[in-house]
Amino acid sequence: MGLDSRPLSTLHEKASYEVADFEVPTGREEEWRFTPLRRLRGLHNGTAEADGKVIVEVEAAPEAAVETVGRDDARLGRAYEPADRVSAQAWASFSQATVVTVPKEAVASAPTVLRLRGEDASAAAYGHTTVILEPFAQATVVLVHRGSATYADNVEFVVGDGAALSVISLQDWADDAVHVSHQHARLGRDARFTSHNVTLGGDLVRVSPTVSYGAPGGDATLYGVYFADGGQHLEHRLLVDHTVPNCRSRVDYRGALQDEGAHAVWIGDVIIRAEAEGTDTYELNRNLVLTDGTRVDSVPNLEILTGEVVGAGHASASGRLDDEHLFYLQARGIPFDQARRMVVRGFLGQLIERIEVDEVREKVREAIEAELDR
Amino acid sequence: MATLEIRDLHVSVADGAEGTKEILRGVDLTVKAGETHAIMGPNGSGKSTLAYAVAGHPKYEVTSGAVTLDGEDVLAMSVDERARAGLFLAMQYPVEVPGVSVSNFLRSAMTAVRGEAPKLREFSKELKTAMENLAIDPAFAQRSLNEGFSGGEKKRHEILQLELLKPKVAVLDETDSGLDVDALKVVSEGVNRFGASGETGVLLITHYTRILRYVKPDFVHVFAGGRVVADGGPELADELENEGYEKYAKAGAAL
Repeated sequence: MGLDSRPLSTLHEKASYEVADFEVPTGREEEWRFTPLRRLRGLHNGTAEADGKVIVEVEAAPEAAVETVGRDDARLGRAYEPADRVSAQAWASFSQATVVTVPKEAVASAPTVLRLRGEDASAAAYGHTTVILEPFAQATVVLVHRGSATYADNVEFVVGDGAALSVISLQDWADDAVHVSHQHARLGRDARFTSHNVTLGGDLVRVSPTVSYGAPGGDATLYGVYFADGGQHLEHRLLVDHTVPNCRSRVDYRGALQDEGAHAVWIGDVIIRAEAEGTDTYELNRNLVLTDGTRVDSVPNLEILTGEVVGAGHASASGRLDDEHLFYLQARGIPFDQARRMVVRGFLGQLIERIEVDEVREKVREAIEAELDR
Repeated sequence: MATLEIRDLHVSVADGAEGTKEILRGVDLTVKAGETHAIMGPNGSGKSTLAYAVAGHPKYEVTSGAVTLDGEDVLAMSVDERARAGLFLAMQYPVEVPGVSVSNFLRSAMTAVRGEAPKLREFSKELKTAMENLAIDPAFAQRSLNEGFSGGEKKRHEILQLELLKPKVAVLDETDSGLDVDALKVVSEGVNRFGASGETGVLLITHYTRILRYVKPDFVHVFAGGRVVADGGPELADELENEGYEKYAKAGAAL
């Protein structure tokens, strides 16, 4: 890559497996400026005590192989190299990893569910998960995060040529949880990847879903739904790096916020490198502000280094519930509170209804109702 | 028997940072069961303001006057209470509400207005018949409310709600605007079905006389400068058709 084809943004240039290669963040760095570092409990500066516990239970599809492996397993860390200090800390500190493999051409007949349960938030826990779909395999993987934890982890999705992976990651932590997670998908030729991040519970949750393409024809769709209540910091940082021709990406994240100190951050970075001709990308973030006292930071960045694209766009909109929507429903006799619920449900529901696992979709619906009852 | 009474109604809207601007300047009007009233007037005369003020839109502030439905104080009610009391406003520009399906919306509205949820099977049947009457594609029931509907589809959908919610008095705000003649006929038939019982009143707001060929008014009122400046029977509509609003516009301005 010549100098003139390098992206201006150096935000995603750095990657290393060594914690020491990353400075301790101060909060002034672009990638940390929205995150309240004090609430990270030392995950970012090495002061976190590492005897916390997050237990992983797996319910696997019959076609999928699930293994618990040690740090030295050669399959770990091949698709993803940590991109920030907390991610490197998680890589350096985990003791066991979960590896899910779906063999070549296998079509999983049921979702593979990983239940991660935190038992104690007072000390830090670290994790690593690698999901490998061999060529032409198809599978759905569900990650459910519950309980109390101070948890940093890396999740790798290796989607082989012609394979299709759908991932649902539910962040439904207890109120005292802190979770910093990197979810990286690497797509082979003509691979398809769909992810749903649903972030509802936790004191501070920072998820960084990233996508890279190893060959042309890859197709990534990233959906996200979040609901921030008073005092919660929910942050999603997306990066789709188009480095090869003729790949497609779609991002649609939507959130609702209510009560004092609810803070949502959405960063949507898309890079279309000079060699990525024929790229088709669109990213969208919308936020619905339900009360006073909340804060939204929504930052889409689209960097295009070739003119030969199929489509490239982004949009971001944050606003209050629309008075005209409420008036219309109320003018048909529907009471205010019910009208408000219908509008919020509708806004988030367009993404929730795309969750393909019935049981998870219903759980998410119920969880949104519970948020609206608060 | 339903009676909507509007007495000396004054309504203002916020006007920039400076304050408010008076739009309605003393409207008097009575709509009784079995009657169809047409309000006609030039653009900007305050016709739509009257409709939205009666429905309770928060943008419009009633500064004085009274609105009652069967003697009940409408102005003391919230927007949804007015609808449940039996008022209906067919909107000129119905908003799109993403993710709320037509079917869910209609069932919620019917439940609210009737005080109990219609049984699912009866609801489906009632909806199907009402949609057929208005030549609405049944697939609309699963679509997001008004989203991607054409102008004519939105208006037909307003009349669908009118027929399902069966209010005491319906205010139709320029329901005829933007409709081709076929759609106008379908919509007019819906309004006539609604009025046929003789127990309901219709207040039809329009800029054009065209719809009055299909929905016959008992009374015609000319609106100008924020109030009613002339009353008459159907013959008044014919006069407006031939002579336009010019002389009334002046009358309104002189007030």
